[in-house]
Amino acid sequence: MNFETTIGLEVHVELKTKSKMFSPSPVAYGAESNINTNVIDFGFPGTLPTVNKEGYRLGVMVALALNAQIENHTHFDRKNYFYPDNPKAYQLTQSDKPLGHDGYIEIEVDGKKKRIGIAELHVEEDAGKNTHGNNGYSYVDLNRQGTPLIEIVSKADMHSPEEAYQYLEKLRQIVQFTGASDVKMEEGSMRVDTNISITPVGSDTYGTKVELKNLNSFNYVKLGLAYEEKRQAAVLKNGGKIEQETRRFDEKSGETVLMRVKSGADDYRYFPEPDLPDFEIKPEWVEEIKASLPEPAQERRERYINELGIPEYDAGVLTDTKEMSDFFDEAVSFGANPKLISNWLMGEVNAYLNEKKIGLLDTKLTPEHLSTMIKLISDGTISSKIAKKVFQETISNGTEPEGWVKEKGMVQESDPAVLKPMIMDILDNNQQSIDDFKNGKDRAVGFLVGQIMKQTHGQANPKVVNKILMAELNNR
Amino acid sequence: MNYLNETIDSLHKKLADKELTSKELTDQTLNGMKDKEKDISAFITVNDDAVKDAEKVDNDGIKGSLSGIPIAIKDNIVSNGIKTTAASKILYNFMPVYSATVLEKLEAAGAINIGKTNMDEFAMGSSTETSYFGDTHNPWNLDTVPGGSSGGSAAAVASGEVIAALGTDTGGSIRQPASFNGIFGIKPTYGRVSRWGVIAFASSLDQVGVMSKRVEDSATVLSAIAGHDEHDSTSSEKEVPDYRANLSKDMTGVRIAVPKEFWHEGTNPEVIAQVNKALETYKKLGATVDEVSLPALKHAVEVYYVLASSEASSNLQRYDGVRYGFRAKDVKNIKDLFVNSRSEGFGTEVKRRIMLGTFALSAGAYDAYFKKAAQVRTLFIEEMNKVLEDHDFIMGPSTTSTAFKIGDKIDDPLAMYMNDILTIPANLAGLPAASVPAGLADGMPVGLQIMARPFNEQAIFNAAYALQEENKFYEQIPTALKGED
Repeated sequence: MNFETTIGLEVHVELKTKSKMFSPSPVAYGAESNINTNVIDFGFPGTLPTVNKEGYRLGVMVALALNAQIENHTHFDRKNYFYPDNPKAYQLTQSDKPLGHDGYIEIEVDGKKKRIGIAELHVEEDAGKNTHGNNGYSYVDLNRQGTPLIEIVSKADMHSPEEAYQYLEKLRQIVQFTGASDVKMEEGSMRVDTNISITPVGSDTYGTKVELKNLNSFNYVKLGLAYEEKRQAAVLKNGGKIEQETRRFDEKSGETVLMRVKSGADDYRYFPEPDLPDFEIKPEWVEEIKASLPEPAQERRERYINELGIPEYDAGVLTDTKEMSDFFDEAVSFGANPKLISNWLMGEVNAYLNEKKIGLLDTKLTPEHLSTMIKLISDGTISSKIAKKVFQETISNGTEPEGWVKEKGMVQESDPAVLKPMIMDILDNNQQSIDDFKNGKDRAVGFLVGQIMKQTHGQANPKVVNKILMAELNNR
Repeated sequence: MNYLNETIDSLHKKLADKELTSKELTDQTLNGMKDKEKDISAFITVNDDAVKDAEKVDNDGIKGSLSGIPIAIKDNIVSNGIKTTAASKILYNFMPVYSATVLEKLEAAGAINIGKTNMDEFAMGSSTETSYFGDTHNPWNLDTVPGGSSGGSAAAVASGEVIAALGTDTGGSIRQPASFNGIFGIKPTYGRVSRWGVIAFASSLDQVGVMSKRVEDSATVLSAIAGHDEHDSTSSEKEVPDYRANLSKDMTGVRIAVPKEFWHEGTNPEVIAQVNKALETYKKLGATVDEVSLPALKHAVEVYYVLASSEASSNLQRYDGVRYGFRAKDVKNIKDLFVNSRSEGFGTEVKRRIMLGTFALSAGAYDAYFKKAAQVRTLFIEEMNKVLEDHDFIMGPSTTSTAFKIGDKIDDPLAMYMNDILTIPANLAGLPAASVPAGLADGMPVGLQIMARPFNEQAIFNAAYALQEENKFYEQIPTALKGED
């Protein structure tokens, strides 16, 4: 028996605002417990929410970048449930009229393009965090409580773990390029829940949906879904039944583990939040946001290929993250050759980042310095050998390349008026080498260049030296 | 201090002329309370710092008309550093760390928070009998209820313990006790006063208002507490008039609508007689009175109890024993903590409404209950506003009866809910509404209810003032207080 897989993804993305979605408390990752809170976050009696317009704007940005339609008349709803990290015992979300609907993402798997639908996107507030101590006590940290999130609900359009993986990669890239979120799985600013079911090929009904949680990287998503595909197929082949349940991916074993069996649907008693008036999203505001959207990765990639002559593969690497792409664009704006900038970023810069295991923005390299250094190579001011030294200095210490090269006397000597007398002098004192050259021994040239380099402390421009030397040798 | 013969203006004059300091006034108020509280029990908490606060006002100098004057606050309005309980065991020890906007505004005006008044638990009730802290007694007959849920505020004013008090009104909680106690009480338009710091019962209906013996005193206080608040997105940005200064008793050409549905079959004929007498007074003053019909009114109680209870079931979920308030002992896990804290912390009436609301919002019942009720509410708003298109006021009785005996209705929730039938409409439609004393029926006060167009509190003050100046009801001393002087 062969099976068909159906996958849907629910992705929560933290929106990058200064303050929380419904309270003025600051949003910050990694602060001391319960520091970034106020009476609203604690759900104190008498407190009321107010909407953070910037949070909503970022939500609209994400929705637009994902080709969604924006809902014009909307409101927030309460989702009611008890949990210690949910201080009001309801979460403010949008269930009735979500911020956006009917978007899509285009992915490419095995060279084939495919469109994955997005059912809806809605803005909501995050919960706090519970931790359990060894002393029998549990602790609640409400720093995260109220952080703005946008939940992106895909349609059940994916049919393999690889498609899910590609969807997530593309989603992360698109959202990151809007600047609305850091989309970092490791910091929890992007979180993924999946639904997966399988059904015999040709069946016209879906199989029973299993929810898969605790997926802390895209790779785990792929591994977890692949495991589920196999597990569910084995159950069905053995005549078993798939239960509607929630499972968790165990990173150590690579298996999925049962968390709980769902007995009927949860009843969250959604109803419109009476503490906030309904609100109108004006089409003009949406247009304004649309106009402010940064250039998306896809367009940048095409621009790099078509306008800057960057090879397709390289353009893909440069647009993998917004920080790399922004860095590249800025370096180009300082005048160096785009192709050379691209080579440096993909070569020396990437090697440096990999070695130090840090991100581009963690170094002291600036787009301007990189561009300046490349220009110094191009105009012959420094040799590519010297350039490696300059690069190390600039990326490690943030030193301005042009000044440093001059200060350290690393400027290349390219003036024939200076080099020619030196070469003549060396030739006059090395008749043996001239003879060797005439007898067809090319090695002699290397020796002579070496002598010149020695005398100029390596600063002679090899190209110029070569040109003068060859002309003189042939004259003698 | 006995406030029965005073007004805010008369007190202000004494303070401004230095005949009296705020400290002296506050001391006298506390002494008066000590005396009367034995019979009335209007307060849950007396503000220990009241005298200190008064001294500060004395030092800063008497400024506006509320400067240095003690005012009572209903105990569902949070006060920084003063215990705030909403008359519930679940908040029996709750000490707020911030103050409601209305209190910030009163403080800015120099008023003294003298203490927190008794009420029905979480404002759910019409008799103040659901309070965890015991009954409050009606100064007109100590065996009767003061009404509710702002029963403590009403009794404190009617007995002369204070000159004015803040209440809240979700379905009549200011107007019904005002009526039962023979005082004036106004529920402003929804959005007129900030709800920040008001312990929520039903967010789309709750509104803070004022209670006082004299109309002009409520006018002064409402001007001080009303206005837009950035903390409350449902508060209006409309400018707040000086209601006191603009007070006028001119009723010529005023058009009054009296819905025939307000003459409820169960209404006490003596109440009807007193209300008719008030309407006659308006006619005499040059107003016209038309009978109108509000057909949707017959569903008001059902609509109200579905919507109010639904919102309440969600609003009261935060009382879970985790962060503040009452926490059940000896719990083994988180579910026990939630269930036991709530089971032991809430009273019967609150639990009844939580269950009612939880049911009305549940997946299988939502469309038939919550959604239907919300639709009927819209219909209702249209009907009321239509009548107000060609009428200045909708008037009728505030209540179907005078104050009933303590214990009479507490075991009959349906009878208790029917109490609200005449006051609920203004909350559902968000209209401003007040109760003003109309007279006595069998020795107990009767209130006339006055509703007006949204944000037309001034018209209500004017009409109430006109009646007050005709019937001079404020000269009447509550029966239970007679003989004390």
